[in-house]
Amino acid sequence: MKRVYNLKQEVEKPPRLTGGHRLCAGCGAGVVVAGVLRALNKEDRAVVTNATGCLEVSTFMYPYTAYMDSFIHSAFENSAATCSGVEAAYNALKRRGKVEGTVKFITFGGDGGTYDIGFQSLSGAMERGHDMVYVCYDNEAYMNTGIQRSSSTPRFARTTTSPVGAKNQGKKQEKKDLTDIMVAHNIPYVAQTAPLGNFKDLHTKAYKAIYTEGPCFMNVLSPCPRGWDYPMAKLAEIIKLAVDTCVWPLFEVEEGVWHLSYMPKRKLPVEDFLRPQGRFRHMFEQGNEWMIEAAQAYVDQRWERLLERSGA
Amino acid sequence: MIRAKYINEQTPWQDLTPGGEIYEPGTAREFNTGTWRTDTPVFVVEACKHCMLCVPFCPDSAIPVKGGKRLDFDYMHCKGCGICAEVCPFPGAITMVSGGVPS
Repeated sequence: MKRVYNLKQEVEKPPRLTGGHRLCAGCGAGVVVAGVLRALNKEDRAVVTNATGCLEVSTFMYPYTAYMDSFIHSAFENSAATCSGVEAAYNALKRRGKVEGTVKFITFGGDGGTYDIGFQSLSGAMERGHDMVYVCYDNEAYMNTGIQRSSSTPRFARTTTSPVGAKNQGKKQEKKDLTDIMVAHNIPYVAQTAPLGNFKDLHTKAYKAIYTEGPCFMNVLSPCPRGWDYPMAKLAEIIKLAVDTCVWPLFEVEEGVWHLSYMPKRKLPVEDFLRPQGRFRHMFEQGNEWMIEAAQAYVDQRWERLLERSGA
Repeated sequence: MIRAKYINEQTPWQDLTPGGEIYEPGTAREFNTGTWRTDTPVFVVEACKHCMLCVPFCPDSAIPVKGGKRLDFDYMHCKGCGICAEVCPFPGAITMVSGGVPS
């Protein structure tokens, strides 16, 4: 049966990520995690695994947990391995009739814990075929330790380890395309999404990822008001601009078939996304016009490739 | 077993849960993050059409919903980020006021 998304019904469910966690005011991660967990059926239980990061240190501070479900964290680099171990143990117990009901396995990692440090354990867990979902909330730098560049940080972005000054003008390298790399694992479901509008895209993709058998991966844009340097109330606007400029296109890959989820009515110039953020401020200084041109050329090239692959 | 709400800086280690495990769900709700606010959203129910667009955008799950209606803010957990006021399509339903009150 095809499920029809209804925001009113979905927000009626009790939240599985409670208030009282210590994420910064306006943090995108809280929105993303609550949004993904909302896709779980009410009667199902979940085991949430977490890589070290902002989310982990803020939502699980002894004796406070912000989760209504079981939670496990062991280290930075092994969240996917931890989750796959729990899933294997669950299967063993289930075979012996020792657990009842449906339990789903969901891992959250930031871009540091996913693109960089946790990458090999993620790749391994996906290859072994565990029935789990790995969700990367991508805020494009190591925010927890004070905004250091990661392989997810976009080119030209200012971080504390890719500063802006006389010798250096932000990050020198392009952003690693992790979603593409996960597609290359030939897993049943890979999605790129963001909390947008009425959350239909995030919700339906999270539902698919959670209830598709086998390993699934979601990459979710999660703006950070501190690291990106924008007014915290503007979360929804920043996300909308990322999507409408095609900096963060929304798509999914089901059993190897690419599908574009959102076609902007009018593709906006990339500077509309860059301008409100302090981390890109130097790109608008005189003499740095080439940076905006380079950023635009990169986005256009990625976007053309996505259109080609998805046949849109 | 000691309940999370009775654990604080004065609790002797012998009384803590073994392995630092937490046995109850959602104990963070006991923690007041409402004191973080420098601006406060004010909800005017008469101007609200209960479209629910603000609810999923709240990073602190501080907008309760019951019976198809959104209720007043959970000021114990709202950090005053103002995202709800920005996404609200109905003028006057959510207004940000300066200061940390009410709580």
